[in-house]
Amino acid sequence: MARAFKPRIATGNALLEGDVVYFTAEGGWSRDIGEAAVAADPETAAALLERAREFPNEVVGVYLAEVRISESGRPAPDHFREMFRTLGPSNYPWLGKQAEKARV
Amino acid sequence: MYRYDDFDREYVAARNAEFRDQVERRIRGELTEEEFLPLRLRNGLYLQLHAYMFRIAIPYGTLNSRKLRQLAHIADRWGKGYGHFTTRTNIQFNWPKLRDIPDIQDALAEVELHSIQTSGNCIRNVTADHFAGAAADEIEDPRPTAELIRQWSTDHPEFNWLPRKFKIGITGAPHDRAVTKSHDIGLMIVRNDAGEIGYEVSVGGGLGRSPFIARVVRDFVPKADLLPYLEAILQVYNLAGRRDNKWKARVKVLVHETGIERIREMVEAAFIEKKAAFKPVDPGFVAAIEAAFAPPAFEPVSDVAPRITPAMRSWMDTNVDAHKLPHYAIVTASLKPIGGTPGDATSEQMRALADIAEEFAHDELRVSHEQNVILPHVPRRHLAAVYERLREAGLATANVGLISDIIACPGMDYCALATARSIPVAQAIAEAFADLDRQHEIGPLKIKISGCINACGHHHVGHIGILGLDRAGVENYQITLGGDGTETAAIGERAGPGFAYDEIVPAIERLIEAYLELRQDEGETFLAAYRRLGAAPFKAALYPPEVTSHAA
Repeated sequence: MARAFKPRIATGNALLEGDVVYFTAEGGWSRDIGEAAVAADPETAAALLERAREFPNEVVGVYLAEVRISESGRPAPDHFREMFRTLGPSNYPWLGKQAEKARV
Repeated sequence: MYRYDDFDREYVAARNAEFRDQVERRIRGELTEEEFLPLRLRNGLYLQLHAYMFRIAIPYGTLNSRKLRQLAHIADRWGKGYGHFTTRTNIQFNWPKLRDIPDIQDALAEVELHSIQTSGNCIRNVTADHFAGAAADEIEDPRPTAELIRQWSTDHPEFNWLPRKFKIGITGAPHDRAVTKSHDIGLMIVRNDAGEIGYEVSVGGGLGRSPFIARVVRDFVPKADLLPYLEAILQVYNLAGRRDNKWKARVKVLVHETGIERIREMVEAAFIEKKAAFKPVDPGFVAAIEAAFAPPAFEPVSDVAPRITPAMRSWMDTNVDAHKLPHYAIVTASLKPIGGTPGDATSEQMRALADIAEEFAHDELRVSHEQNVILPHVPRRHLAAVYERLREAGLATANVGLISDIIACPGMDYCALATARSIPVAQAIAEAFADLDRQHEIGPLKIKISGCINACGHHHVGHIGILGLDRAGVENYQITLGGDGTETAAIGERAGPGFAYDEIVPAIERLIEAYLELRQDEGETFLAAYRRLGAAPFKAALYPPEVTSHAA
């Protein structure tokens, strides 16, 4: 049986800072995965990736990542690699996105 | 310490100016990422999981206080207050911004450091025995040779675009502390029957996806022939090495597929041509390099017996090694505090090490491939003071060579290539065996952890190797047993199915319990017991029937 299509988002790293960023429905970039535009089928995902790659001098290494939709309806990381990208290094909780979240 | 001459200074300055221009062009959009990528890699700049990572070469692992203080300054100004010492004896800073890299390069040049050829398909930083110039068993300090190779290989036009990266390691002692047999070329300084000094040259070592121990291609190369001989090997590789498949492009695959006998014929044939065409290195030039590595002005033997406090005793057992002079010692500062990140040092720790080296140890420091920092020349009369100062800085954990002195690559906490985390596994194992008395009872044991098949954590040559993988979206850890990175080098054997993240520490605990039961006496190390008994009893401990049935 074919594997069910998991919803996807487009993500990459900011050229200047290197930060993990997510492509939004408004056509911009956010540091928060919850604000990422979600594609629910392969065709929409391909189109999303194409749009996200239109910023080659702002965001690099853009790819599609699988997500799950949380109870609040926002996308959340599915694979552990994507989860770490939303947080930062697990050995230093005071660094990366997790530190910003802790301050909020 | 080798000092830059005018050529070196101008070369590095020109190279830094070139990269500054490339960064500016990238930011302006005049270079695409595809064009910029190989340029930034050649200058040690990676884009990792959360941010950029900047890798700085520490040639043959040698530092002095001035260089180390500048690294501390870079950590504070452009990093997050710490640096990570790597298994290639380099240092990496995470979190710098792209715009700042040229300024960091200029700051490095002020202290004669750079980031050239720390990545890319070129000849990388030459690593050497971290006890070089101090070890009692040394035939000759390997660092002048390493420096000669550095100068010869930097921007060498024939070898600037090799099929893949190329690593050279060198030891001047018969006890191989530099894992030379895991390098593309491993050099061991030896004496021939006539008493002349030369090199045993091995080729085709490497870890990663296809691990191989290097094979001896020639057992004695005279000193004057070394560079043309290396050129011959590189030429054979450059012409015959595969470029169609990244995973088969290292020289180890060429050696394995072609056979060492045929490789030897090809190298010897190329060597005849290379030697004929090679302009001999000016002996005065070689003498100047050797002079730069002359031993420090050792102090005379003192009548005063060194003060050894009871608190120092276990530290003396593990972190202090014999020096070639009986009134000196080699001290290893442990970058493996229990629960810490292997190889990480804060800027304060770097400054403390710089101060200690300057005050007590002839201003010399080394980085080891085992991710510790060494003070190679400590007068024994200063051992107590050095111990106290290291302890205050959190650098005196008495665990060097023991179960918690773990090599770990950055893994998925930083690395974009990683398939699983390494650091938290190292932390958890160290915490499970936190009791130093127990560690000393277990004795010499090398655990090495890699977060992907590329094996930066040297897991293949760990007595116990751990490889982190992604199994169906879950972190999973494979164990290898019986690896060895020394002159009796061996690739570890895979023990069996992998373990989940929360199962790996209990598995290591079972393994250690089994070893303690099985060893003949306290003098039989884990590796010796493994070699005597084979894998079976250790596998039985890793996969006991009750655990296996639960897992199934």
